[in-house]
Amino acid sequence: MMTPRDLFATAARALRINPLRSALTALGVIIGVASVVAMVALGQGAQKQIQASISSLGSNLLIIVPGSANQGGVRGAPGSFNSLTLADAEAIEREVAGVAAVAPSQRGSAQIVAQGANWNTRIEGVTPSYLAARDWGVASGRFFDDRETRQARKVAVIGATVARELFPNSDPVGERVRISGGAYEIIGVLDAKGQSGFGQDQDDIVLAPLQTVKRRVSGRQGRANTVSQISVKAESEDILAQVQEDAATLLRQRHRIGEGDTDDFTVQNLSSIAETMQQTTQVFTGLLAGIAAVSLLVGGIGIMNIMLVSVTERTREIGLRKALGARKADILRQFGLEAIVLSLAGGFVGLIVGALAAWGITSAMGLPLTVGLMSAAVALVFSAFVGVAFGSFPAWRAAQLDPIEALRRE
Amino acid sequence: MSAAPLIEARDLVKTYIMGDEEVHALAGVTFTIPHGGYAAVIGPSGSGKSTLMNIIGGLDTPGGGALVINGADLGALDDAGLAGFRNRTIGFVFQSFNLLPRLTALENVELPMMYAGVAPAERRLRAGALLDRVGLGQRKTHRPTQLSGGQQQRVAIARALACRPALLLADEPTGALDTATTEEILRLFADLNAEGVTILIVTHEMDVARATHRIIEMRDGRIVADNPVPHHRAVPQGALT
Repeated sequence: MMTPRDLFATAARALRINPLRSALTALGVIIGVASVVAMVALGQGAQKQIQASISSLGSNLLIIVPGSANQGGVRGAPGSFNSLTLADAEAIEREVAGVAAVAPSQRGSAQIVAQGANWNTRIEGVTPSYLAARDWGVASGRFFDDRETRQARKVAVIGATVARELFPNSDPVGERVRISGGAYEIIGVLDAKGQSGFGQDQDDIVLAPLQTVKRRVSGRQGRANTVSQISVKAESEDILAQVQEDAATLLRQRHRIGEGDTDDFTVQNLSSIAETMQQTTQVFTGLLAGIAAVSLLVGGIGIMNIMLVSVTERTREIGLRKALGARKADILRQFGLEAIVLSLAGGFVGLIVGALAAWGITSAMGLPLTVGLMSAAVALVFSAFVGVAFGSFPAWRAAQLDPIEALRRE
Repeated sequence: MSAAPLIEARDLVKTYIMGDEEVHALAGVTFTIPHGGYAAVIGPSGSGKSTLMNIIGGLDTPGGGALVINGADLGALDDAGLAGFRNRTIGFVFQSFNLLPRLTALENVELPMMYAGVAPAERRLRAGALLDRVGLGQRKTHRPTQLSGGQQQRVAIARALACRPALLLADEPTGALDTATTEEILRLFADLNAEGVTILIVTHEMDVARATHRIIEMRDGRIVADNPVPHHRAVPQGALT
């Protein structure tokens, strides 16, 4: 019986006899493994990005928006009825347990004019608690305080995109701009957040005190104390669902909505939205990896094909080895190991090629790169498995050869 | 037990079915060969001598009768047992040498020891000594294509001796060699026999058979003659012209 060392040396020598053929055979596995690795990395990168952009909106965040108006059975668009009020926000802060921050806000859009440049953007009237609710910070300058909010002062904090568009070469803090005809002082610039998970540029925004926006930008839209959105940040992820439930119950009481009636508001849980998106990408990743795995299968068939050719070519050698004392098991191992070495080498090279391809694709698409140890291990185990699966039959054929017939073969 | 012969064959039968015809390759063969013997089996093609060689060599199994070689009952061995028997008890020498072309002379001689589980260092040492013994001490790292036919057959003989077999089994060992080289190989066989190696040659050449001590003649699956070679002497130079 041959020792493992002799077996390995014999297999390696046999593969070196025909280097081009061995390389081409391994190429099938290389392509298969490389595409599996690249596709999985791509999918994981997309998932990571979704995760990052969802959490950039703010973690443990619930967003409450007005529901659709229902007047005489005719339903309007969501948000068409301003059912949320400042008092609702204050009630949630007061009565719901586990709330870290509550931030009512009023949206609008406005044209901003500064020194000849102008830009159309989203303007949001908020309270100072908005920063805490959205995990946001100020990059330069300062944010407005409670007093400035109450007094409806004409101050603004602008997002990074607005700052870049209006003041490409200078510090906007202290500058004056006109928003919807009024003169505002810019007192701060927000941290850059980048795109949201839904493709929106989160930095294309102007924040101003809630009362200022309600009076001067949104105009007479809605009653004086309504808001278009309430952001609620829970203290931790574990109690997020409970906070969602409690806030909804509270609002139902306050709005006098009976059992079985339609709510006039909606509580959106960003984590569950993120989860849905993540599941979608997971399905896509699986699909792509599945298609890539088919090419690995084709690579395996290539190995089987070449091993069968090799067994036929080396019939005489097999006969001789048997005459010299090789048992069936020795021949089986010799040819099986050749197939495994071939596909493992292919798997190793494929792993490197796949990682490089993943790096190229992800950096071109601006996704984070993730080639995990896990996918590397899976790629190698998988290619070894391909070697065993597709090398077994040729090796078995070799082992079954009748030595007398084999030695007679030219 | 030292009195027991190396090969004891009794009523060996081997029948092949070819289409719907039965071919009796061996139709009751009985003979013995003692330890240290040097014999030739001759006969025309189809006489059953190749079948006999395959069965003695453990490449084929007897269909009937009894065959005991070096104490092993060949009818009772399974595949792995036969492989072990071929490895340790038999040394094969073929007409076409059957060296592996990618291996050096030394590596070819090492091959059977690899299957016997001999450690690499000892393998190399023994293979080297055997190549010295057959006169190829200077050609150890040559590949078969770099060697002449006679040299290749010497490597094959060294390989056959690698696991110290009880029997050297040679199938037309000089069939592919010219006369001068044939003499060299036969002289090597004679020397090895003088050192105690039992040798059985299968051939259809009478001249080669006469170089041994005993000629067993076969025809139609039976032994028709079994005689010692008269006036046996060492093969002199030029005796086989």
